[in-house]
Amino acid sequence: MLQIKNLHASVEDKEILKGINLEVKAGEVHAIMGPNGAGKSTLSSVIAGNENFEVTQGEIILEGEDLADLAPEERAHKGIFLSFQYPVEIPGVSVTNFMKTAINETRKANGLEDMPANEMLKLIKEKAELLEIDRKFLSRSLNEGFSGGEKKRNEIFQMAMLNPKIAILDETDSGLDIDALRIVSNGVNKLKNENNAVIVITHYQRLLEYIVPDFVHVLHDGKIVKTGGKELALELEEKGYDWLK
Amino acid sequence: MSKYTEEELKKELETKEYEYGFYTDLESETFPVGLNEDIVRAISKKKDEPEWMTEWRLDAYRIWQGMTEPTWANVKYQKPDFQAISYYSAPKQVDPNKSIDDVDPELRAMYKKLGISLEEQKRMNNIAMDIVVDSVSVATTFKETLNEKGIIFCSISEAIKEHPELVQKYIGSVVPKTDNYYAALNSAVFSDGSFCYIPKGVRCPMELSTYFRINQAGTGQFERTLLIADEGSYVSYLEGCTAPSRDENQLHAAVVELIAMNDAEIKYSTVQNWFPGDKDGKGGVFNFVTKRAIAEKNAKVSWTQVETGSAVTWKYPSCILKGDNSVGEFYSIAVTNNYQQADTGTKMIHLGKNTKSTIISKGISAGKSQNSYRGLVQIGSRAENARNFSQCDSLLMGNECGAHTFPYIESKNSTAKLEHEATTSKIGEDQIFYCNQRGIPTETAIALIVNGFSREVLDKLPMEFAVEAKKLLEISLEGSVG
Repeated sequence: MLQIKNLHASVEDKEILKGINLEVKAGEVHAIMGPNGAGKSTLSSVIAGNENFEVTQGEIILEGEDLADLAPEERAHKGIFLSFQYPVEIPGVSVTNFMKTAINETRKANGLEDMPANEMLKLIKEKAELLEIDRKFLSRSLNEGFSGGEKKRNEIFQMAMLNPKIAILDETDSGLDIDALRIVSNGVNKLKNENNAVIVITHYQRLLEYIVPDFVHVLHDGKIVKTGGKELALELEEKGYDWLK
Repeated sequence: MSKYTEEELKKELETKEYEYGFYTDLESETFPVGLNEDIVRAISKKKDEPEWMTEWRLDAYRIWQGMTEPTWANVKYQKPDFQAISYYSAPKQVDPNKSIDDVDPELRAMYKKLGISLEEQKRMNNIAMDIVVDSVSVATTFKETLNEKGIIFCSISEAIKEHPELVQKYIGSVVPKTDNYYAALNSAVFSDGSFCYIPKGVRCPMELSTYFRINQAGTGQFERTLLIADEGSYVSYLEGCTAPSRDENQLHAAVVELIAMNDAEIKYSTVQNWFPGDKDGKGGVFNFVTKRAIAEKNAKVSWTQVETGSAVTWKYPSCILKGDNSVGEFYSIAVTNNYQQADTGTKMIHLGKNTKSTIISKGISAGKSQNSYRGLVQIGSRAENARNFSQCDSLLMGNECGAHTFPYIESKNSTAKLEHEATTSKIGEDQIFYCNQRGIPTETAIALIVNGFSREVLDKLPMEFAVEAKKLLEISLEGSVG
């Protein structure tokens, strides 16, 4: 489904990604772990098409199509979703209004009419229940005054609404207490199916107890230095990263 | 309860043909340039005004002569040559040789985005069109509804002739001839404008709009509006149009006076979209407006404005809270792009006891524009327990624009409670990227962010105006983030 081949990327002439190779098939969960500064968040930004990063070499291919020339919104229309580590605030724009705009823009790009209001309401209701979100929450301004946990739960709610092919969860566990972690993981697990895939970026093994990966990759200094099964995460928890350097 | 719902009004606005029912042929005539007492007399004569009005104008002219143009606003422009302007020109005539194809394509593209009908486009560009037969009946129905309630709504010229006792009593009572340079000039030479009187205890059943006014096209340059809400009455008045108005008159100096008597309420909403000049800052309208309201006991006045046009805007809709318990509100969105300059805000003059005022100002600056909020909150010595809340938010787009806030507070009463909040934010790349990542293209993302920022003010506008205003905000800022 997603193939990343020899990906090099830099920001302000400093190379951060130094040749990443990764293949994600439909139905799989991949975890990317690694110490601070290894390039984990850069990788997610580059896949999503953030123009602050320059891809100097390599390819990102989604279902056979090279994403190189596509703007971030076009990648989103094709099914790339990024759950942000630090979701931004947009004052005066409610969660519902934001989602309505996002869904209808995606539909427009795919040649569909706007989603009828009753269908939208039904979808919102269903996905809000899945993530145990109070409906009042949805009329609040996007991320404004949200707690860390609320922000992350809202990210996964958006993922549920947009139903992406590839969901990248960047440090979704940071700032979550144990109950929120359970709700968020539960949501992700329910959304996962044989037609989509999830990439979990995390520091800690904790989240992977809930969202169980098929593969664990260790990113270090812009390269994947080790790949293994879910047991690799436990090993990292125990030994740290130093032994891999 | 009003029978006339907003839905019905909307339908009327959609059709809009009724306006043409009012259209009357006027001979085309323009006075020689320059201003002197003879010109002032000639204007008054041309309009067939009574002597007291002529004298009033002449007095204003003499006052104006002794004044100098103010320079304190945070705007820079080439001062107009007041002797190079023609102070009277009859409403623009239909040019039989002009067709819609002669209109600037850029302007036509904007009409299309705003959803303005072809008929309306023709009207705005003085192109001949077919007059729809039953427009007259729509107009008549509208007039009848108002007549039944005793509401007077007509041009100020008509009011001077038909209701001299009201005009003579109230004109200049809120904005005196001596008030400021532009107000004095307007008083001397005002071309036309609206007059409205709501009788005691009457709730005006519809939003009164300049859309409905007679020969609207010709009243541009020195407009004069006088609105009187008698005791216990209510009126909501809409001024302006979201359609871009391109006008050869570079200088606009309007005066608006509102009188809210005991227990009356006036809501005055404006959408201003005069030609702002081109991308290089050439051309564009100078808009120097004096708007002021007086609120008697328990009265309430709300100003809501969306300012997106003009090269230079100088405008401070104000409230004199004279009566005890009177309330003044000012909600404003001012957008500047390219080389536009706006210096706008309000004055809340608290004279009565327990008077209350609220100021919410949203400034949005893009391009190389400068956007200033200037506000005065003044508490008089008799104004026990006066309260004010002011909030001034600025949103910046790009690195070349400026936002400025000049709040002035003068309090002569120690029981006053005043609050002022100000924020400045910038549309961040991270906000845009976040929206992009959710599938929202940059232009839509900006519109979303700007509308969110302006929400508190947009919510104050009457429904159909709010929809148009939102669209207008989006168009005004198009292409401002590359």
